[in-house]
Amino acid sequence: MTFDIQVIIDHLPEIASGFGLTILCTVVAALIAMVLGLFVALGLMSKAAVFRYPVRLYVEIIRGTPFLIQLFLLYYGGPSFGLYLEPIEAGIIGLAIYCSAYFAELFRSGFNSISLGQLEAAQIMGFSKISVLWRIQIPQMMVLITPGLVNICIILGKETTILSIVTVPELAFVLTGIGSETYAYAETLTVLAISYLILSELTARFGSWTEKRLSKYMERSI
Amino acid sequence: MNKQTKESPIVDVQNMSKSFGSTQVLKSVNLSVQPSEVMCLIGPSGSGKSTLLRCIAFLEQYSGGNVFIEGEMLGYNDNTDVRKLTSTNELNHVRRNMGMVFQQFNLWPHMTALGNVTEALVRVKKFSRREANEKGHAILAKVGLAERAMHYPAQLSGGQQQRVAIARSLAMEPSVMLFDEPTSALDPELVGEVLQVMKDLASEGMTMIVVTHEMGFAAQVADTVVFLDQGEILVKGSPQEIFQGEKPPRLEQFLKNYMDRNAFWE
Repeated sequence: MTFDIQVIIDHLPEIASGFGLTILCTVVAALIAMVLGLFVALGLMSKAAVFRYPVRLYVEIIRGTPFLIQLFLLYYGGPSFGLYLEPIEAGIIGLAIYCSAYFAELFRSGFNSISLGQLEAAQIMGFSKISVLWRIQIPQMMVLITPGLVNICIILGKETTILSIVTVPELAFVLTGIGSETYAYAETLTVLAISYLILSELTARFGSWTEKRLSKYMERSI
Repeated sequence: MNKQTKESPIVDVQNMSKSFGSTQVLKSVNLSVQPSEVMCLIGPSGSGKSTLLRCIAFLEQYSGGNVFIEGEMLGYNDNTDVRKLTSTNELNHVRRNMGMVFQQFNLWPHMTALGNVTEALVRVKKFSRREANEKGHAILAKVGLAERAMHYPAQLSGGQQQRVAIARSLAMEPSVMLFDEPTSALDPELVGEVLQVMKDLASEGMTMIVVTHEMGFAAQVADTVVFLDQGEILVKGSPQEIFQGEKPPRLEQFLKNYMDRNAFWE
Protein backbone atom coordinates (compact mmCIF):
# COMPACT_ATOMS: atom_id res chain seq x y z
CA MET A 1 0.00 0.00 0.00
CA THR A 2 1.62 3.21 -1.16
CA PHE A 3 -1.29 5.61 -0.93
CA ASP A 4 0.55 8.70 0.27
CA ILE A 5 -1.70 11.59 1.16
CA GLN A 6 1.38 13.76 1.84
CA VAL A 7 1.66 14.53 -1.89
CA ILE A 8 -1.75 16.16 -1.79
CA ILE A 9 -0.99 18.14 1.36
CA ASP A 10 2.24 19.45 -0.17
CA HIS A 11 0.41 20.76 -3.23
CA LEU A 12 -2.66 22.04 -1.47
CA PRO A 13 -2.38 25.69 -2.59
CA GLU A 14 -2.16 24.71 -6.28
CA ILE A 15 -5.03 22.27 -5.89
CA ALA A 16 -7.15 24.92 -4.21
CA SER A 17 -6.51 27.41 -7.01
CA GLY A 18 -7.36 24.71 -9.58
CA PHE A 19 -10.58 23.98 -7.74
CA GLY A 20 -11.40 27.69 -7.69
CA LEU A 21 -10.82 27.96 -11.43
CA THR A 22 -13.02 24.93 -12.07
CA ILE A 23 -15.84 26.57 -10.14
CA LEU A 24 -15.27 29.87 -11.94
CA CYS A 25 -15.36 28.19 -15.37
CA THR A 26 -18.50 26.25 -14.43
CA VAL A 27 -20.41 29.25 -13.11
CA VAL A 28 -19.42 31.71 -15.84
CA ALA A 29 -20.00 29.18 -18.63
CA ALA A 30 -23.36 28.17 -17.15
CA LEU A 31 -24.53 31.78 -16.97
CA ILE A 32 -23.49 32.55 -20.53
CA ALA A 33 -24.99 29.26 -21.72
CA MET A 34 -28.33 30.06 -20.09
CA VAL A 35 -28.58 33.49 -21.68
CA LEU A 36 -27.51 32.10 -25.05
CA GLY A 37 -29.81 29.10 -24.58
CA LEU A 38 -32.76 31.40 -23.92
CA PHE A 39 -32.27 33.15 -27.26
CA VAL A 40 -31.78 29.83 -29.00
CA ALA A 41 -35.00 28.54 -27.40
CA LEU A 42 -36.89 31.60 -28.63
CA GLY A 43 -35.47 30.94 -32.09
CA LEU A 44 -36.61 27.32 -31.93
CA MET A 45 -40.13 28.46 -31.04
CA SER A 46 -40.25 31.24 -33.60
CA LYS A 47 -43.09 31.15 -36.11
CA ALA A 48 -40.75 32.48 -38.79
CA ALA A 49 -38.90 29.71 -40.61
CA VAL A 50 -35.97 32.08 -41.34
CA PHE A 51 -35.20 32.04 -37.62
CA ARG A 52 -36.32 28.54 -36.80
CA TYR A 53 -34.37 26.48 -39.33
CA PRO A 54 -30.89 27.98 -38.80
CA VAL A 55 -31.34 27.78 -35.03
CA ARG A 56 -32.50 24.17 -35.29
CA LEU A 57 -29.39 23.41 -37.38
CA TYR A 58 -27.21 25.05 -34.70
CA VAL A 59 -28.76 22.89 -31.99
CA GLU A 60 -28.38 19.70 -34.02
CA ILE A 61 -24.71 20.41 -34.82
CA ILE A 62 -23.81 21.30 -31.24
CA ARG A 63 -25.61 18.31 -29.78
CA GLY A 64 -24.39 15.95 -32.45
CA THR A 65 -20.65 16.58 -32.15
CA PRO A 66 -18.31 15.87 -29.21
CA PHE A 67 -17.37 18.78 -26.97
CA LEU A 68 -13.68 17.96 -27.38
CA ILE A 69 -13.89 18.53 -31.14
CA GLN A 70 -15.81 21.77 -30.68
CA LEU A 71 -13.20 23.02 -28.23
CA PHE A 72 -10.32 22.05 -30.54
CA LEU A 73 -12.01 23.81 -33.44
CA LEU A 74 -12.43 26.94 -31.37
CA TYR A 75 -8.96 26.96 -29.82
CA TYR A 76 -6.71 25.40 -32.49
CA GLY A 77 -8.92 26.07 -35.50
CA GLY A 78 -9.91 29.58 -34.44
CA PRO A 79 -6.68 31.29 -35.56
CA SER A 80 -7.37 30.15 -39.14
CA PHE A 81 -10.46 32.37 -39.01
CA GLY A 82 -8.64 35.19 -37.24
CA LEU A 83 -9.95 34.17 -33.83
CA TYR A 84 -7.18 34.14 -31.23
CA LEU A 85 -8.37 33.11 -27.79
CA GLU A 86 -6.63 32.52 -24.50
CA PRO A 87 -7.10 28.93 -23.28
CA ILE A 88 -9.49 30.02 -20.55
CA GLU A 89 -11.53 32.18 -22.93
CA ALA A 90 -11.79 29.37 -25.44
CA GLY A 91 -12.71 26.99 -22.63
CA ILE A 92 -15.50 29.11 -21.22
CA ILE A 93 -16.93 30.14 -24.60
CA GLY A 94 -16.73 26.54 -25.85
CA LEU A 95 -18.51 25.20 -22.80
CA ALA A 96 -21.17 27.91 -23.02
CA ILE A 97 -21.89 27.13 -26.66
CA TYR A 98 -21.94 23.40 -26.00
CA CYS A 99 -24.41 23.71 -23.13
CA SER A 100 -26.55 26.39 -24.77
CA ALA A 101 -27.99 23.77 -27.11
CA TYR A 102 -29.06 21.59 -24.18
CA PHE A 103 -30.42 24.55 -22.23
CA ALA A 104 -32.35 25.68 -25.31
CA GLU A 105 -34.18 22.37 -25.66
CA LEU A 106 -34.92 22.36 -21.94
CA PHE A 107 -36.22 25.94 -21.98
CA ARG A 108 -38.38 25.17 -24.99
CA SER A 109 -40.02 22.23 -23.25
CA GLY A 110 -40.56 24.41 -20.17
CA PHE A 111 -42.17 27.19 -22.20
CA ASN A 112 -44.42 24.67 -23.91
CA SER A 113 -45.80 23.37 -20.65
CA ILE A 114 -47.25 26.76 -19.70
CA SER A 115 -50.93 26.73 -20.63
CA LEU A 116 -51.86 28.70 -23.72
CA GLY A 117 -54.79 30.25 -21.85
CA GLN A 118 -52.46 32.16 -19.53
CA LEU A 119 -50.85 33.76 -22.55
CA GLU A 120 -54.21 34.55 -24.13
CA ALA A 121 -55.26 36.27 -20.92
CA ALA A 122 -52.18 38.48 -21.15
CA GLN A 123 -52.59 38.98 -24.88
CA ILE A 124 -56.11 40.33 -24.60
CA MET A 125 -55.06 42.72 -21.85
CA GLY A 126 -52.55 44.25 -24.22
CA PHE A 127 -49.25 43.02 -22.77
CA SER A 128 -46.23 43.41 -25.02
CA LYS A 129 -44.45 40.20 -26.01
CA ILE A 130 -41.46 41.22 -23.89
CA SER A 131 -43.66 41.73 -20.80
CA VAL A 132 -45.31 38.35 -21.31
CA LEU A 133 -41.93 36.68 -21.69
CA TRP A 134 -40.32 38.41 -18.76
CA ARG A 135 -43.21 38.43 -16.28
CA ILE A 136 -45.24 35.36 -17.16
CA GLN A 137 -43.28 32.85 -19.22
CA ILE A 138 -39.70 32.97 -17.90
CA PRO A 139 -40.52 32.87 -14.15
CA GLN A 140 -42.77 29.82 -14.58
CA MET A 141 -40.50 28.13 -17.09
CA MET A 142 -37.53 28.39 -14.72
CA VAL A 143 -39.46 26.69 -11.92
CA LEU A 144 -40.74 23.93 -14.18
CA ILE A 145 -37.29 23.06 -15.49
CA THR A 146 -35.22 23.32 -12.29
CA PRO A 147 -34.54 19.55 -12.09
CA GLY A 148 -33.33 19.45 -15.70
CA LEU A 149 -31.35 22.63 -15.20
CA VAL A 150 -29.47 21.10 -12.28
CA ASN A 151 -28.73 18.07 -14.43
CA ILE A 152 -27.15 20.11 -17.18
CA CYS A 153 -25.17 22.16 -14.67
CA ILE A 154 -23.74 18.97 -13.15
CA ILE A 155 -22.72 17.73 -16.59
CA LEU A 156 -21.25 21.12 -17.41
CA GLY A 157 -19.23 21.08 -14.18
CA LYS A 158 -17.72 17.72 -15.06
CA GLU A 159 -17.03 18.68 -18.67
CA THR A 160 -14.60 21.34 -17.40
CA THR A 161 -12.03 18.53 -17.14
CA ILE A 162 -11.75 18.70 -20.92
CA LEU A 163 -10.45 22.26 -20.64
CA SER A 164 -7.23 20.76 -19.22
CA ILE A 165 -6.45 19.49 -22.73
CA VAL A 166 -6.15 23.07 -23.97
CA THR A 167 -4.00 23.87 -20.89
CA VAL A 168 -6.52 25.72 -18.77
CA PRO A 169 -5.00 25.34 -15.29
CA GLU A 170 -8.19 24.05 -13.69
CA LEU A 171 -8.43 21.20 -11.23
CA ALA A 172 -7.88 18.30 -13.63
CA PHE A 173 -4.90 20.06 -15.21
CA VAL A 174 -3.30 20.73 -11.81
CA LEU A 175 -3.87 17.27 -10.39
CA THR A 176 -2.84 15.28 -13.45
CA GLY A 177 0.24 17.51 -13.58
CA ILE A 178 1.13 16.67 -10.00
CA GLY A 179 0.42 13.04 -10.79
CA SER A 180 2.87 12.84 -13.66
CA GLU A 181 5.57 14.71 -11.70
CA THR A 182 5.34 12.59 -8.59
CA TYR A 183 3.92 9.35 -10.01
CA ALA A 184 1.24 9.60 -7.27
CA TYR A 185 -1.49 8.78 -9.78
CA ALA A 186 -3.80 7.00 -7.39
CA GLU A 187 -3.73 9.84 -4.87
CA THR A 188 -4.19 12.69 -7.33
CA LEU A 189 -6.89 10.99 -9.39
CA THR A 190 -8.81 9.96 -6.27
CA VAL A 191 -8.75 13.53 -5.01
CA LEU A 192 -9.83 14.67 -8.48
CA ALA A 193 -12.78 12.31 -8.52
CA ILE A 194 -13.83 13.26 -4.99
CA SER A 195 -13.62 16.96 -5.86
CA TYR A 196 -16.07 16.56 -8.75
CA LEU A 197 -18.29 14.44 -6.58
CA ILE A 198 -18.41 17.24 -4.01
CA LEU A 199 -19.04 19.84 -6.71
CA SER A 200 -21.87 17.81 -8.26
CA GLU A 201 -23.42 17.07 -4.90
CA LEU A 202 -23.37 20.75 -3.96
CA THR A 203 -25.01 21.67 -7.26
CA ALA A 204 -27.71 19.06 -6.73
CA ARG A 205 -28.37 20.21 -3.15
CA PHE A 206 -28.55 23.83 -4.21
CA GLY A 207 -30.91 22.81 -7.01
CA SER A 208 -33.36 20.96 -4.81
CA TRP A 209 -33.28 23.76 -2.25
CA THR A 210 -34.23 26.31 -4.91
CA GLU A 211 -36.82 23.98 -6.35
CA LYS A 212 -38.52 23.62 -2.97
CA ARG A 213 -38.53 27.35 -2.40
CA LEU A 214 -39.78 28.18 -5.87
CA SER A 215 -42.45 25.54 -6.31
CA LYS A 216 -44.19 26.35 -3.05
CA TYR A 217 -46.86 28.37 -4.82
CA MET A 218 -46.75 26.70 -8.19
CA GLU A 219 -48.93 23.70 -7.41
CA ARG A 220 -51.25 23.03 -10.26
CA SER A 221 -54.71 23.40 -8.86
CA ILE A 222 -56.50 22.98 -12.17
CA MET B 1 -83.90 46.87 -18.10
CA ASN B 2 -85.11 48.17 -21.38
CA LYS B 3 -82.09 49.08 -23.45
CA GLN B 4 -83.51 49.36 -26.90
CA THR B 5 -82.19 52.88 -27.40
CA LYS B 6 -80.41 53.17 -30.71
CA GLU B 7 -76.96 54.15 -29.53
CA SER B 8 -74.02 52.97 -31.56
CA PRO B 9 -73.34 49.34 -30.66
CA ILE B 10 -70.28 48.42 -28.59
CA VAL B 11 -69.83 45.19 -30.51
CA ASP B 12 -71.07 44.87 -34.06
CA VAL B 13 -70.60 41.54 -35.83
CA GLN B 14 -71.49 41.56 -39.53
CA ASN B 15 -71.63 38.40 -41.60
CA MET B 16 -68.88 36.72 -39.66
CA SER B 17 -67.71 33.35 -40.84
CA LYS B 18 -64.95 31.13 -39.62
CA SER B 19 -63.49 27.85 -40.82
CA PHE B 20 -61.01 25.47 -39.30
CA GLY B 21 -59.55 23.80 -42.36
CA SER B 22 -62.50 22.59 -44.41
CA THR B 23 -64.94 22.67 -41.47
CA GLN B 24 -67.02 25.80 -41.37
CA VAL B 25 -67.76 26.55 -37.72
CA LEU B 26 -69.46 29.93 -38.11
CA LYS B 27 -71.74 30.80 -41.00
CA SER B 28 -72.57 34.40 -41.61
CA VAL B 29 -73.25 35.44 -38.03
CA ASN B 30 -74.78 38.87 -37.38
CA LEU B 31 -75.21 40.40 -33.98
CA SER B 32 -74.81 43.72 -32.28
CA VAL B 33 -74.51 44.52 -28.62
CA GLN B 34 -75.66 47.89 -27.29
CA PRO B 35 -74.10 49.64 -24.30
CA SER B 36 -75.19 48.00 -21.01
CA GLU B 37 -76.73 45.08 -22.85
CA VAL B 38 -76.20 41.58 -21.45
CA MET B 39 -76.21 38.99 -24.18
CA CYS B 40 -76.09 35.28 -23.45
CA LEU B 41 -74.97 32.82 -26.11
CA ILE B 42 -76.41 29.36 -25.62
CA GLY B 43 -76.33 26.22 -27.71
CA PRO B 44 -75.10 22.64 -27.80
CA SER B 45 -71.38 21.95 -27.70
CA GLY B 46 -69.82 22.33 -31.11
CA SER B 47 -72.41 24.94 -32.06
CA GLY B 48 -69.67 27.54 -32.39
CA LYS B 49 -70.60 29.78 -29.47
CA SER B 50 -67.15 29.73 -27.89
CA THR B 51 -65.53 30.23 -31.28
CA LEU B 52 -67.79 33.22 -31.88
CA LEU B 53 -66.70 34.76 -28.59
CA ARG B 54 -63.04 34.04 -29.29
CA CYS B 55 -63.39 35.68 -32.71
CA ILE B 56 -64.89 38.76 -31.07
CA ALA B 57 -61.79 38.84 -28.85
CA PHE B 58 -59.66 38.12 -31.92
CA LEU B 59 -58.05 35.19 -30.15
CA GLU B 60 -59.18 33.38 -33.29
CA GLN B 61 -58.99 35.12 -36.65
CA TYR B 62 -62.41 35.20 -38.28
CA SER B 63 -62.21 34.50 -41.98
CA GLY B 64 -65.16 36.39 -43.43
CA GLY B 65 -67.25 39.39 -42.48
CA ASN B 66 -66.45 42.31 -40.22
CA VAL B 67 -66.31 42.94 -36.51
CA PHE B 68 -66.43 46.46 -35.13
CA ILE B 69 -65.64 47.28 -31.52
CA GLU B 70 -67.00 50.73 -30.69
CA GLY B 71 -66.93 51.57 -34.35
CA GLU B 72 -63.38 50.39 -34.97
CA MET B 73 -62.59 47.44 -37.24
CA LEU B 74 -61.12 44.52 -35.28
CA GLY B 75 -58.08 42.63 -36.46
CA TYR B 76 -57.91 43.62 -40.11
CA ASN B 77 -57.08 46.69 -42.16
CA ASP B 78 -60.08 47.01 -44.38
CA ASN B 79 -59.11 50.03 -46.42
CA THR B 80 -57.19 47.96 -48.95
CA ASP B 81 -58.54 45.53 -51.53
CA VAL B 82 -56.75 42.62 -49.97
CA ARG B 83 -57.52 42.07 -46.30
CA LYS B 84 -54.45 42.42 -44.12
CA LEU B 85 -53.99 41.75 -40.42
CA THR B 86 -53.46 44.89 -38.38
CA SER B 87 -50.32 45.39 -36.35
CA THR B 88 -50.29 44.24 -32.74
CA ASN B 89 -50.44 47.86 -31.61
CA GLU B 90 -53.55 48.60 -33.63
CA LEU B 91 -55.15 45.36 -32.46
CA ASN B 92 -54.38 46.23 -28.83
CA HIS B 93 -55.82 49.68 -29.42
CA VAL B 94 -59.14 48.25 -30.61
CA ARG B 95 -59.12 45.66 -27.82
CA ARG B 96 -58.23 48.12 -25.06
CA ASN B 97 -61.81 48.29 -23.81
CA MET B 98 -62.42 44.57 -23.83
CA GLY B 99 -62.11 42.20 -20.89
CA MET B 100 -62.29 38.44 -21.07
CA VAL B 101 -62.94 35.72 -18.51
CA PHE B 102 -62.12 32.13 -19.39
CA GLN B 103 -63.53 28.76 -18.45
CA GLN B 104 -60.16 27.68 -17.02
CA PHE B 105 -59.63 31.03 -15.20
CA ASN B 106 -56.14 31.31 -16.71
CA LEU B 107 -54.68 33.07 -13.72
CA TRP B 108 -50.93 33.38 -13.52
CA PRO B 109 -50.06 30.82 -10.83
CA HIS B 110 -46.79 32.44 -9.78
CA MET B 111 -48.48 35.70 -8.78
CA THR B 112 -50.75 36.45 -5.82
CA ALA B 113 -54.38 37.44 -6.38
CA LEU B 114 -53.27 41.06 -6.04
CA GLY B 115 -50.37 40.45 -8.42
CA ASN B 116 -52.73 39.00 -11.01
CA VAL B 117 -55.02 42.01 -10.75
CA THR B 118 -52.31 44.67 -10.80
CA GLU B 119 -49.89 43.23 -13.35
CA ALA B 120 -51.55 44.75 -16.40
CA LEU B 121 -52.04 48.06 -14.63
CA VAL B 122 -48.29 48.28 -14.11
CA ARG B 123 -47.12 46.76 -17.41
CA VAL B 124 -49.76 48.05 -19.80
CA LYS B 125 -51.31 51.12 -18.20
CA LYS B 126 -47.99 52.17 -16.61
CA PHE B 127 -49.42 52.76 -13.13
CA SER B 128 -46.92 53.05 -10.31
CA ARG B 129 -46.80 49.95 -8.10
CA ARG B 130 -48.49 51.90 -5.28
CA GLU B 131 -51.39 53.18 -7.42
CA ALA B 132 -51.85 49.74 -8.91
CA ASN B 133 -51.97 48.08 -5.49
CA GLU B 134 -54.50 50.62 -4.23
CA LYS B 135 -56.74 49.96 -7.20
CA GLY B 136 -56.13 46.21 -6.99
CA HIS B 137 -57.23 46.05 -3.36
CA ALA B 138 -60.37 48.04 -4.16
CA ILE B 139 -61.34 45.74 -7.02
CA LEU B 140 -60.64 42.57 -5.05
CA ALA B 141 -62.91 43.98 -2.33
CA LYS B 142 -65.59 44.52 -4.97
CA VAL B 143 -65.58 40.80 -5.86
CA GLY B 144 -65.56 39.90 -2.17
CA LEU B 145 -61.91 38.85 -1.94
CA ALA B 146 -60.35 41.65 0.10
CA GLU B 147 -58.97 39.09 2.54
CA ARG B 148 -57.43 36.95 -0.17
CA ALA B 149 -55.20 39.53 -1.85
CA MET B 150 -51.96 37.84 -0.79
CA HIS B 151 -53.07 34.30 -1.65
CA TYR B 152 -51.72 32.46 -4.65
CA PRO B 153 -54.22 30.91 -7.09
CA ALA B 154 -53.39 27.40 -5.84
CA GLN B 155 -54.48 28.48 -2.37
CA LEU B 156 -57.92 29.62 -3.57
CA SER B 157 -61.07 27.67 -4.41
CA GLY B 158 -62.24 27.53 -8.02
CA GLY B 159 -64.93 30.10 -7.38
CA GLN B 160 -62.45 32.44 -5.74
CA GLN B 161 -60.02 31.99 -8.61
CA GLN B 162 -62.68 32.87 -11.13
CA ARG B 163 -63.58 35.97 -9.13
CA VAL B 164 -59.91 36.99 -9.16
CA ALA B 165 -59.97 36.51 -12.92
CA ILE B 166 -63.02 38.77 -13.17
CA ALA B 167 -61.29 41.34 -10.96
CA ARG B 168 -58.21 41.14 -13.18
CA SER B 169 -60.31 42.06 -16.20
CA LEU B 170 -62.25 44.77 -14.37
CA ALA B 171 -59.02 46.48 -13.32
CA MET B 172 -58.54 47.52 -16.93
CA GLU B 173 -61.93 49.25 -16.90
CA PRO B 174 -63.28 47.56 -20.01
CA SER B 175 -66.46 48.74 -21.67
CA VAL B 176 -67.42 45.19 -22.61
CA MET B 177 -66.73 41.94 -20.80
CA LEU B 178 -66.63 38.60 -22.59
CA PHE B 179 -67.27 35.47 -20.53
CA ASP B 180 -66.42 32.08 -22.01
CA GLU B 181 -68.33 29.49 -19.95
CA PRO B 182 -67.16 31.10 -16.71
CA THR B 183 -68.76 28.53 -14.42
CA SER B 184 -68.30 25.32 -16.41
CA ALA B 185 -65.10 24.29 -14.62
CA LEU B 186 -66.54 24.88 -11.15
CA ASP B 187 -68.02 22.60 -8.54
CA PRO B 188 -71.80 23.16 -8.51
CA GLU B 189 -71.57 24.66 -5.03
CA LEU B 190 -69.17 27.36 -6.20
CA VAL B 191 -71.13 28.44 -9.27
CA GLY B 192 -73.41 30.76 -7.30
CA GLU B 193 -70.73 33.10 -6.00
CA VAL B 194 -69.38 33.69 -9.51
CA LEU B 195 -72.84 34.24 -10.99
CA GLN B 196 -73.58 36.71 -8.19
CA VAL B 197 -70.54 38.80 -9.12
CA MET B 198 -71.68 38.73 -12.73
CA LYS B 199 -75.21 39.76 -11.76
CA ASP B 200 -73.82 42.68 -9.80
CA LEU B 201 -71.79 43.73 -12.80
CA ALA B 202 -74.82 43.53 -15.06
CA SER B 203 -76.91 45.63 -12.70
CA GLU B 204 -74.16 48.27 -12.66
CA GLY B 205 -74.61 48.57 -16.39
CA MET B 206 -71.62 46.57 -17.68
CA THR B 207 -71.98 45.43 -21.28
CA MET B 208 -71.52 41.66 -21.30
CA ILE B 209 -71.43 38.79 -23.74
CA VAL B 210 -71.70 35.49 -21.90
CA VAL B 211 -71.30 32.01 -23.33
CA THR B 212 -73.04 29.85 -20.80
CA HIS B 213 -74.88 26.68 -19.95
CA GLU B 214 -76.54 28.39 -16.98
CA MET B 215 -80.06 28.80 -18.32
CA GLY B 216 -81.20 30.30 -15.02
CA PHE B 217 -78.63 33.05 -15.33
CA ALA B 218 -79.60 33.67 -18.95
CA ALA B 219 -83.28 33.85 -18.02
CA GLN B 220 -82.77 36.23 -15.10
CA VAL B 221 -79.99 38.50 -16.26
CA ALA B 222 -79.81 38.56 -20.05
CA ASP B 223 -81.42 41.25 -22.17
CA THR B 224 -80.91 39.12 -25.25
CA VAL B 225 -80.45 35.38 -25.58
CA VAL B 226 -78.91 33.97 -28.74
CA PHE B 227 -79.27 30.30 -29.60
CA LEU B 228 -76.60 28.94 -31.90
CA ASP B 229 -76.66 25.62 -33.68
CA GLN B 230 -74.13 24.33 -36.19
CA GLY B 231 -72.47 27.70 -36.58
CA GLU B 232 -75.64 29.66 -37.21
CA ILE B 233 -77.82 31.89 -35.10
CA LEU B 234 -81.09 29.98 -35.01
CA VAL B 235 -83.05 32.23 -32.68
CA LYS B 236 -82.34 35.56 -31.06
CA GLY B 237 -84.67 37.28 -28.61
CA SER B 238 -85.51 38.28 -25.09
CA PRO B 239 -85.35 35.52 -22.45
CA GLN B 240 -89.18 35.41 -22.50
CA GLU B 241 -89.22 34.81 -26.23
CA ILE B 242 -86.52 32.16 -26.04
CA PHE B 243 -87.65 30.24 -22.99
CA GLN B 244 -91.42 30.71 -23.04
CA GLY B 245 -92.43 31.57 -26.59
CA GLU B 246 -92.99 29.47 -29.67
CA LYS B 247 -89.72 27.63 -30.37
CA PRO B 248 -88.20 25.94 -33.39
CA PRO B 249 -87.81 22.16 -32.83
CA ARG B 250 -84.01 22.32 -32.40
CA LEU B 251 -84.27 24.82 -29.53
CA GLU B 252 -87.17 22.87 -28.03
CA GLN B 253 -85.03 19.75 -28.01
CA PHE B 254 -81.98 21.55 -26.60
CA LEU B 255 -83.97 23.00 -23.72
CA LYS B 256 -85.67 19.66 -23.07
CA ASN B 257 -82.27 17.94 -22.83
CA TYR B 258 -81.16 20.63 -20.45
CA MET B 259 -84.25 20.17 -18.28
CA ASP B 260 -83.92 16.38 -18.29
CA ARG B 261 -80.30 16.61 -17.22
CA ASN B 262 -81.16 18.87 -14.33
CA ALA B 263 -84.33 17.10 -13.27
CA PHE B 264 -83.90 15.00 -10.19
CA TRP B 265 -87.42 14.99 -8.80
CA GLU B 266 -90.54 14.25 -10.74
